[in-house]
Amino acid sequence: MSEVILSVRNLTASVDGAPILKGVNLEIKAGEVHAIMGRNGSGKSTLSKAIAGHPDYEVTGGEIIYKGENILEKEPNERALDGIFLAFQYPIEIPGVSNLDFLRVAYNAKRKHQGLEEVDAFDFEDLVEEKLEIVKMKSSFLERSLNEGFSGGEKKRNEILQMALLDPTLTILDEIDSGLDIDALKIVAEGVNQLKTPDKAYLVITHYQRLLNYIEPDFVHVMQDGRIITSGGKELALELESRGYDFLDEQALAEVGA
Amino acid sequence: MAVQIPFATVSQLKEAGIVEDAFLTGLLKQCQISENKPAWLQAVRQQAAAWVARLRVPTTKDEEWRFTDLSSLVATDFVRGTPVQVENIASIPEASQTRLVFVNGVYSPQLSDLAALPEGVYAGNLNQLPQKYSIEEYFAKHQDTGDIFTYLNTAGCEDVAVVWVDKNVILETPIHLVFVAATEDKASFSQPRTLVVAETGADLSLVEEYSGTGVYFTNAVTEIWVGENAGVKHTRLQQESEASFHIGKTAVTQARDSRYTINEINLGGRLSRHNPEILQQGEQTETHLHGLTIVSGEQLADTHSIVALTKPYGTTNQLHKCIVGDRDCKERTSRAHAVFNGKIFVPKEAQLTNAAQLNRNLLLSPKARINTKPELQITADNVKCSHGATVSQLEADEIFYLRSRGLSEDDARHLLIDAFAKEIIECIPVESLQEKITQIALGKTQ
Repeated sequence: MSEVILSVRNLTASVDGAPILKGVNLEIKAGEVHAIMGRNGSGKSTLSKAIAGHPDYEVTGGEIIYKGENILEKEPNERALDGIFLAFQYPIEIPGVSNLDFLRVAYNAKRKHQGLEEVDAFDFEDLVEEKLEIVKMKSSFLERSLNEGFSGGEKKRNEILQMALLDPTLTILDEIDSGLDIDALKIVAEGVNQLKTPDKAYLVITHYQRLLNYIEPDFVHVMQDGRIITSGGKELALELESRGYDFLDEQALAEVGA
Repeated sequence: MAVQIPFATVSQLKEAGIVEDAFLTGLLKQCQISENKPAWLQAVRQQAAAWVARLRVPTTKDEEWRFTDLSSLVATDFVRGTPVQVENIASIPEASQTRLVFVNGVYSPQLSDLAALPEGVYAGNLNQLPQKYSIEEYFAKHQDTGDIFTYLNTAGCEDVAVVWVDKNVILETPIHLVFVAATEDKASFSQPRTLVVAETGADLSLVEEYSGTGVYFTNAVTEIWVGENAGVKHTRLQQESEASFHIGKTAVTQARDSRYTINEINLGGRLSRHNPEILQQGEQTETHLHGLTIVSGEQLADTHSIVALTKPYGTTNQLHKCIVGDRDCKERTSRAHAVFNGKIFVPKEAQLTNAAQLNRNLLLSPKARINTKPELQITADNVKCSHGATVSQLEADEIFYLRSRGLSEDDARHLLIDAFAKEIIECIPVESLQEKITQIALGKTQ
């Protein structure tokens, strides 16, 4: 049986004192791709930020067990170094920090954590050139300031480039498809698929079923009002697509009726 | 005749019957007037001394000193710095043999090295200046803004660091002026004085550096004359000791078609003040001011700049940045304070000119403080002018993004602070200084 990578138990979390997550349960094993779908405001992004350790998202109850260890007390950078990677819905623009420098600092932080020697600027450039092909980016991207003036597609590809370099165990893709045209979406999805190995786990958060045609999930969960209300295989995503999120309300009513 | 510029003159003429300012006269009395100095210098000194006798140390009631309280300066007893033995003067590899060193205001031939000085350039002190240079036509002849500390410097002037670049001489290596303050037991004061003349078509890069140890007061004045079509790139690095007081004036006069750039870096001092004052005296002059102030702990750093455009086709571009407070996340105690006031005058004569000014500030601690006042005074009607100021802090989302990639909170903060400072640091034309200042900016070597 595969190893459990992530286990979320009865997780509740608040932002600015307002409860957003109201008891989330989720278990992801190595080699599995899980998708979480749901309306805007259902708590999908909050779940991803809580797993990554954003200080503004206050966990008020429950546990997040990563590779057998409760990580709630860990700093976001410690979680990252342990192999959790969050691809942001809105990657931050940082003027004045070159993309290449940032990638090298992040890569070396990881090397240092693993007890490996840091890589100098020249060797790193060779390494990153290789990875650029995964996301079909030109090397001119590296000289620009981190995400500054990048198009939506470029930002998301840059996230996947970081993922390729940092080689995480658990990858959370937070609405990586939002606002992307179909060409950019294919590049991003193909990048993710190329990096997929059986010892890794994926949590794909999306509003739209379309992404799941390219990154095929083993399990689909639907979030509503801070809880996972139903789970199934990939056919659940298709059903959501054809019937819309409203059918969840009907289902909820039906359950109450039953 | 030169155009009269409405410089905001600091007017501190004493009321009739009020006695002299004890602090100022106490300092001036300690400055010896040696008999063998040239007569013109004696005359200039006496004139300035007459002003010192009529003025007083400004207080926070004076508009130009509203946010910079000098009472701690006035409360300290300073004795004139004496020549002391100093070792380990920081050198920059690009200028290791074009270096002038002054210790406590006194020229040190032992620490200076001028082996690589090319022909057509004089760099040295006043005593050795060859007769052919008519220094009296330039010394203390800059636009007078009624600044008491400049009068004090002139009135007590004993020696001058002189850099003179002849007509059409292009200097490839920077000239490094080093002013070191070294105190023994008592708080000391010194008054460095610099005169730079770039004749027509000359070009040079100048690095002016202030540092020291202990409690002392540096009152520095630098005059720069940029001749027709000449260019001066000036880097001013102030890294005085954290217990010191530093007041500095940079008075620049630009002839037509000339270019002047100042990169001022203010890092040290318990209380520091810099007044860059630039007068564009001819058509089509170009002025750039890049400033970076980084203060923490209890430091106060104040920059009051003036740029006066007086002729058509002039341009000026100013970007001044301040980073104020604690660089590391665990520290929350800093009460550091930065002040910026930038005046740009565009009188009627200065048509078809272009002036831009921006002051950007980064506040790192809850008790840190910024006072900023960009100020344009325009009476010309066919000009392009802009000015602005911003105050921000490190964004929590930016820090989280970097931390989610494995950077510690401090490393994330340092990366963002570095990015903020970089825009100014990259303007410095001396590479080794860029690296040095970056390290200091991150609090790594201070």
